[in-house]
Amino acid sequence: MYTQGLDQKGEDAGRTAETAERLAAFQARIDAEEKIEAKDWMPDAYRRTLVRQISQHAHSEIIGMQPEGNWLTRAPSLRRKAILLAKVQDEAGHGLYLYSAAETLGTSRGQMVDDLLSGKAKYSSIFNYPTLTWADIGAIGWLVDGAAIMNQIPLCRCSYGPYARAMVRVCKEESFHQRQGFEIMLSLSRGSEEQKAMAQDALNRWWWPSLMMFGPGDSDSKHSAQSMAWKIKRFTNDELRQKFVDVTVPQAEFLGIRVPDDELEFDAESGHYKFGEIDWQEFFDVLAGNGPCNRQRLQKRQRAHNDGEWVREAARAYAEKQRRKAAA
Amino acid sequence: MSNKEWPLYEVFIRSRAGLSHRHAGSVHAADAQMALDHARDVYTRRNEGVSIWVVRSSEIIASDPAESSAFFEPAADKIYRHPTFYEIPDGVENL
Repeated sequence: MYTQGLDQKGEDAGRTAETAERLAAFQARIDAEEKIEAKDWMPDAYRRTLVRQISQHAHSEIIGMQPEGNWLTRAPSLRRKAILLAKVQDEAGHGLYLYSAAETLGTSRGQMVDDLLSGKAKYSSIFNYPTLTWADIGAIGWLVDGAAIMNQIPLCRCSYGPYARAMVRVCKEESFHQRQGFEIMLSLSRGSEEQKAMAQDALNRWWWPSLMMFGPGDSDSKHSAQSMAWKIKRFTNDELRQKFVDVTVPQAEFLGIRVPDDELEFDAESGHYKFGEIDWQEFFDVLAGNGPCNRQRLQKRQRAHNDGEWVREAARAYAEKQRRKAAA
Repeated sequence: MSNKEWPLYEVFIRSRAGLSHRHAGSVHAADAQMALDHARDVYTRRNEGVSIWVVRSSEIIASDPAESSAFFEPAADKIYRHPTFYEIPDGVENL
């Protein structure tokens, strides 16, 4: 994905007037299920939408390492620790695949990192909740990664080639994440009364935030319609959320823990579960920076970034010295 | 910030002997060795490769998609390059 070189060139291409003809030709390619590649002509708004979505997605993976990293040193066994370590490494990897895909659109990695650190760019609201017990690691894998998979599988068919290809890779790895989470929940739910209570408590706290991961309802989602027309999105937020509820509720039943929703019931006629109203105020509060851990997450990322500066600097200096030696 | 960024390298991976290298993505690195190390960590955590190539992104010369129809046009009207162009009468075999 070689945008940096094309970047300057892309500038000019991007500036070419967005005539009705060009826009129609672009939409025709999308409608014909052609993939759009990095150097192809695209409307500025398509490019901006993708940069916003892919970089947000990347930031979510990077910030998402924190709630789980919190339990690395306290995992209950060496097996669990090795698995969690591999999962957290995967999250870093996912972030990097996605930054790499976003860079093909002509935005530099440095710019994206700056936007995350300054608070200008958003990341998924879910990572602003704390991981209070070991069961939360199970709930995150099972619910949060489960919701992410629902979201991401259709993205493998996204109209933008580099994003779609990155998502194929992410999805392959994500299913390990979900299964290891479910396995943790299963062990707890088959354990002592205290362990069962821990699993139930984790479900209580993570259920609603997981449903919020799909974003606002279709009537309030400001980006949905255009993204569907551009085939960046294939299903609406509400459709994906319903799918998630439908597959997850039977899993909770299997575990013998209760989904914290009094209005939840199976509707035989539609074949779907009906569920209660989501507290959207909470969602918007968390998104606006007032969730339980927003400040802590960003501070920690900023600190890691600052603490790494001397390493980046030293590597640059060493590379420069080697180059000069080789030239001499 | 951007002038201090490590350069970008494209990553190509051979998934097993007998197959060609295939583009996997990109990594930032201070030098070539680091690019190889990063490519290994980012793109082959599950034995996806037996060999990796990295190349500075700025060194790649690519054809221009805006010119692609003109660029590839010479091949378009030479259907006689395909075996299906030729009519073989019934009864002729192994051809």
